[in-house]
Amino acid sequence: MGLVIKSGRLIDPANGVDGQKDLYIDDNGFVIGVGKAPPGFKAKKTIDARGKIVCPGLVDLRARLREPGLEHKATIESEVHAAVTAGITTLCCPPDTHPVIDTPAMAQMIQSRAWRFELTFIHPLGALTQGLEGKRLTDMEALDEAGCVGFTNALAPITDTLVMRRAMEYAATLDLTVFLHAEDPWLRDGGCVHEGEIGTRLGLAGIPEAAETVGVARDLALIEQTGCRAHFCNLSSGRAVAMIAEAIRHGLPVSADVTAHHLHLTEHDIGDFNTQCHVQPPLRGMRDRKALRKALKSGVISAICSDHQPHEPDAKLAPFAQSGPGISALETLLPLTLRLVDDKLLTLPEAIALLTHKPAEIIGVDTGQLGVGATADVCVFDPETRWTLTENTLVSRGHNTPFLGQEFRGRVTHTLIGGKLVFEL
Amino acid sequence: MTVALDIDTAMTRMVEELRPRLKNDPLMVGIHTGGVWVAERLHRLLEFKEPLGTLDISFYRDDFTRIGMNPQVRTSHLPVNVENRHLILVDDVLHTGRTIRAALNEIFDYGRPASVTLACLIERGGRELPIEPQVVGEHVKLGKNQHVKLLGPDKLELRIQEANG
Amino acid sequence: MTQNLQFDDAGRLRHLLTIEGLSRKSILEILDTAESFISVGQREIKKIPLLRGKTVVNLFFESSTRTRTTFEIAAKRLSADVINLNVGASSTSKGETLLDTIRNLEAMHTDLFVVRHAESGAAHMIARHVPAHVHIINAGDGRHAHPTQGLLDVFTIRRHKGAFGKLKVAIVGDILHSRVARSQIQALKALGVAELRVVAPKTLLPMAVEKLGVHPYTRMEEGLDGVDVVMMLRLQRERMQGALIPSEQEYFNLYGLTPAKLALAAKDAIVMHPGPMNRGLEIDSAVADGPQSVILPQVTYGIAVRMAVMALIMGGSGEPAGGRR
Repeated sequence: MGLVIKSGRLIDPANGVDGQKDLYIDDNGFVIGVGKAPPGFKAKKTIDARGKIVCPGLVDLRARLREPGLEHKATIESEVHAAVTAGITTLCCPPDTHPVIDTPAMAQMIQSRAWRFELTFIHPLGALTQGLEGKRLTDMEALDEAGCVGFTNALAPITDTLVMRRAMEYAATLDLTVFLHAEDPWLRDGGCVHEGEIGTRLGLAGIPEAAETVGVARDLALIEQTGCRAHFCNLSSGRAVAMIAEAIRHGLPVSADVTAHHLHLTEHDIGDFNTQCHVQPPLRGMRDRKALRKALKSGVISAICSDHQPHEPDAKLAPFAQSGPGISALETLLPLTLRLVDDKLLTLPEAIALLTHKPAEIIGVDTGQLGVGATADVCVFDPETRWTLTENTLVSRGHNTPFLGQEFRGRVTHTLIGGKLVFEL
Repeated sequence: MTVALDIDTAMTRMVEELRPRLKNDPLMVGIHTGGVWVAERLHRLLEFKEPLGTLDISFYRDDFTRIGMNPQVRTSHLPVNVENRHLILVDDVLHTGRTIRAALNEIFDYGRPASVTLACLIERGGRELPIEPQVVGEHVKLGKNQHVKLLGPDKLELRIQEANG
Repeated sequence: MTQNLQFDDAGRLRHLLTIEGLSRKSILEILDTAESFISVGQREIKKIPLLRGKTVVNLFFESSTRTRTTFEIAAKRLSADVINLNVGASSTSKGETLLDTIRNLEAMHTDLFVVRHAESGAAHMIARHVPAHVHIINAGDGRHAHPTQGLLDVFTIRRHKGAFGKLKVAIVGDILHSRVARSQIQALKALGVAELRVVAPKTLLPMAVEKLGVHPYTRMEEGLDGVDVVMMLRLQRERMQGALIPSEQEYFNLYGLTPAKLALAAKDAIVMHPGPMNRGLEIDSAVADGPQSVILPQVTYGIAVRMAVMALIMGGSGEPAGGRR
């Protein structure tokens, strides 16, 4: 007794599946059949996926929900509702809430808030240092027990190299993954755009490429020293990609992700101080974008995330440097990734892998695949539907996106979490 | 269509009517552009000793808010102090009177003349302000859509144009 | 795009935010108009009624008595009513957003805002959010632009050196932080100057500066060789704190304009400075007060140029009439 998703093209890269196969889900919300109905199966509900793609629910490695502390921008409730319309069934939130996620109580609070809505699963990342201050370690074991899937100092730099070493060593002791936003804070020097042609012309303080590469170099040396498993978040420069590629070749336990927007936008999109393009790390040059795209193909970068940062309108209605950085990005995660397929950079299964089982592996969560026995977190989307991103179509409270008014091809029609249909277009 | 107006006749008439007024030692001022061309000839024919003043009234027009700046502004030049002097203000065509109003405002920003006598080559009806000339070369009757224009600067010629719709 | 933001639908200049996007023709129109305003400053009554009844608000979020005063003089010479607001001390420091400040002022029926702000892009942001009848002049936004300064500088060059096509121009000083330099560069490029150089230590040269169409030099000896115009920039003393230059003495030795350095330029080269000058830091008094300096005339020209910009922006949008007299 259960649910069947019929006649769709099932793409499940983790299990090497790509073809016309029906998906059978039992009453408890698990996959019990792929392609063939299990004996005695009676469908209580059928979803007609003719002409559509059926894939694992998307796993977003980084999305800010703004709760607790910044509820004027967005809340867990508003954002998980947006997430399911975007086919996202699992997401990670960074610990830079107010208060910071540096105690088990905070980690549990956020997860239980999310559970109440029975929509997208939220896996928090725990703070690497107390209060993200870069001085004292957090109780990583307790936080791990409380559900944190990794540890990070988010955007607060750990300037004391010794503290970073100790944090990595401690994480390595417990076999925990450290998520790094590698950037040298002094070279960043309060900049807000890529240090280059556009920044010079607009008179905006620039963040040199070296800020990222110096940060990556330092962290790679410490990873080698400590044997800590590390994931580099939000790579923005080609040079940094090359350094990570080298490290992977040498067998260091590192992985990396990139935001969907860094694969499409460059510093040129800032135009006349378009604050919607104010992001951290900054949008860099054409060569960097090309290198980031190539890294997806080569596997140096193994996940695409949204880096969702919803803002209230006032945050973007300020002179560029004073505007809040970040894009409301949940609802463009899949569409922007599909554009890479249209650009013939990736095949559809490759693209889906970067949004499902590969990020799932990075956080060590059992999701992102639809083999028999897997939890039925499913995304169904129509790859041909053309639609325009407008203030009206956005479900997130944040309307801060430079993609407003753009037409996309490919739209989520159904999202299931634990076998339950939580969204239907 | 060129009007069968004889500019020389008109000029001669102006010179005759101005001659009596020379006795209070006036200064001559021409309004750009046509008025200056006429004034230069009168200035020479009447043998004025002091140099000719020229006015560009662009900054004093009453339609600035509607039509904006004319980038071809020439500067006004009043080489002799107008304070307490009798002025002869020369223009080519007198129509609504607004140009003269602007010219008077500008003159008074330079000083307080003893009197201003208005001399125009062509007077046509259609006044919108209570301004009348003391010296006229020729009175002309024109339709509402007709404009008369003085061409120069070397050979002066009068042309009547139909205004575009 | 800036071009559309600065111009209205009929192609008339509506705001002046930056020189970027102004054609050579537009710039020359401004310079020609400014030329006609010079004479106004030489009359007994230095006023013309062009902007009578209009209200001009000097909205300075960043303090500057000089620039504010020249805008005030320019507006008053056009018979406009002028209000000065030093916003640092008032509402925005109480947390009122930039846009709310503007909206409150609009409610007081302002026709033109002259805005100076410490952040690049501030004037653009304001221009995007004001109604159609309100005009904005950027009096300096962060490091980005100071268009009236750029215009008065090219006006000065034209007056003293004539046509731009044969000129070699050098801009010396803190290019990295300078909105004046950026506007000067844009104006000179648009007017087709023969060669444009910037001279500064590497710490004060912005990344990819050649993309702006200039040749960077780090030594005065090479940078000034044979130039017709030397444009000095003011160095702010805080730059020493930021590890950008070591000391005033060293900066003056390497980049200060002394008579000896000026001798490297063309014999009849002119010396310019936007002011206020740091004598003995970026420029030697002998040069500042010397025969090649046009620094004082720059101030006079600044008033005429600002009058021209205000008149062009606030002028109507109709077709010039067929000459109803």
